Amino acid sequence: MIRATNVSKNFGTFAALRDVSVDIPTGALTALLGPSGGGKSTLLRIIAGLETPDSGTIEIGGEDSTKLSPQRRNVGFVFQHYAAFKHMTVFGNVAFGLEIRKRPKAQIKARVDELLELVHLEQFAHRYPAQLSGGQRQRMALARALAVEPKVLLLDEPFGALDAQVRKELRSWLRRLHDEVHVTTVFVTHDQEEAMEVADEIVVMAGGEVQQVGSPDDLYERPSSEFVMSFLGPTTRVGGALVRPHDVDLLPDPAPGTVAATVQRVVRLGFEVRVDLLVDDEPTWAQITRDQARRLAARPGDRVFLRAGTADIAREVAV
Amino acid sequence: MATLYLSLIVLIPLAAVVLRSMEDGLSGFWAQVTTPEASSALKLTVVASLLVALINLVMGTLIAWVLVRDDFPGKRIVEMLIDLPFALPTIVAGLVLLALYGPSSPLGVDLAYARSGVVVALLFVTLPFVVRTVQPVLLELDKEVEEAAASLGAGRATIFRRVILPSLLPAMLSGTALAFARSISEFGSTVLISGNIPFQTQVAAVSIFGQIESDNMTGAAAVSTVLLVVALVMLVALDLLQRWGSRRG
Repeated sequence: MIRATNVSKNFGTFAALRDVSVDIPTGALTALLGPSGGGKSTLLRIIAGLETPDSGTIEIGGEDSTKLSPQRRNVGFVFQHYAAFKHMTVFGNVAFGLEIRKRPKAQIKARVDELLELVHLEQFAHRYPAQLSGGQRQRMALARALAVEPKVLLLDEPFGALDAQVRKELRSWLRRLHDEVHVTTVFVTHDQEEAMEVADEIVVMAGGEVQQVGSPDDLYERPSSEFVMSFLGPTTRVGGALVRPHDVDLLPDPAPGTVAATVQRVVRLGFEVRVDLLVDDEPTWAQITRDQARRLAARPGDRVFLRAGTADIAREVAV
Repeated sequence: MATLYLSLIVLIPLAAVVLRSMEDGLSGFWAQVTTPEASSALKLTVVASLLVALINLVMGTLIAWVLVRDDFPGKRIVEMLIDLPFALPTIVAGLVLLALYGPSSPLGVDLAYARSGVVVALLFVTLPFVVRTVQPVLLELDKEVEEAAASLGAGRATIFRRVILPSLLPAMLSGTALAFARSISEFGSTVLISGNIPFQTQVAAVSIFGQIESDNMTGAAAVSTVLLVVALVMLVALDLLQRWGSRRG
């Protein structure tokens, strides 16, 4: 387990972390999720020993690591911009940590080959980083970090510098890799979709504080605040309450608990249909399926009746 | 147009010098270069230049490091002073050095009319080269690469040797080559402090000047050609180094 206790960090007058305490479970894939400037990268760098906290402690696997140098923490760190050793080949990059530990040559070769196979770079062993694509470089960086069998693997926005297609491939690949390797992994992201798809556990951070910790389902279904709710997915307001647009039901006739609304616009987005509405001159919107839209057959200017369900109500309708 | 310009300004004059040096054939050229005076001047120039280039390789890298990585009061002033030896007319540099390290040295260090005086003058003039080639590379170095090495277990010395130094090396060497090329051609800063004693402190450029004064144009051209070849070899080596660097970068 990684345990941060009352960790604070200031950069000049900017408080990057305010008294943060959080437990990160062993063996899991945990996401630190939040808007930029929320303190998640700073927390990750403090866990790695690349920053020193102003106060508070870090324990890794039950050992107080607060005062340990990064060299002695035995963590693997992957940077957003790869931080490749440019003058070394892919093989040399991955072998670096093992050479520092003065392992026998044959053992290094065997381990590096094994890792290059794991990250699908076995044909690229003798290339230089400049001859690789971004995705390949990041996989090399991952193999380099894993080479020393770290207690924890830390990834700072690992896919942030890649284009959308590669990013999607790499994140499902990371998920599969983690299922194979089982090393305690923490990755920082500002992309809620990435966190929801990849992580077992999500730590939502903003303003230098932990907002909520839980599984992706927990956070989506039971957000502890409006901030967490709106950060994890689309939201809209109905009569002052924050709801998910797909939890809004549209009915042709009034029913108990409905409010009248005027249709402003109907936009078809493939499978889903977005309906822009006005309730008492307040704009809101609903996300419904194509079937529902066909049954409702609403046009701009029509009057419909709206019921803002909770997550539970939404489930009944879906059945 | 560019070719014509280059020919007029660079190629034709260089060819003229080489042709002139060959006026008495290859054996004549050899005889001119191996006169005791010329060969001792050439030897002093090349050896002193190599020494100077090596010292400034180390010191220049060190100064660049301090300027980039450390903060200290007066850093901006030092930053400006670095270029001064380069901007100063070299004869002024020579005068300054003579005043400081000459017979009436306020420091009690008299290097006048000695080979060490020549070396000091060359060190002064060529200081900016390594500093100014290494500094931008050092500024561009990715801090995260060093952090990556640290979290893989590398200590500070190992990080420097295995991560930083290989990135700096091409710049360090090209700065050194520039310093060397400048050293072999240096005239103004050495002419005062060395006293131009033949067989002792006379450098090649001053020797060339002396030969022209005594109307031995062929001899002057011959020594010039040797300097030209040494400089050319250095530039080719530099080019090869940079290709090597860019292939890996």
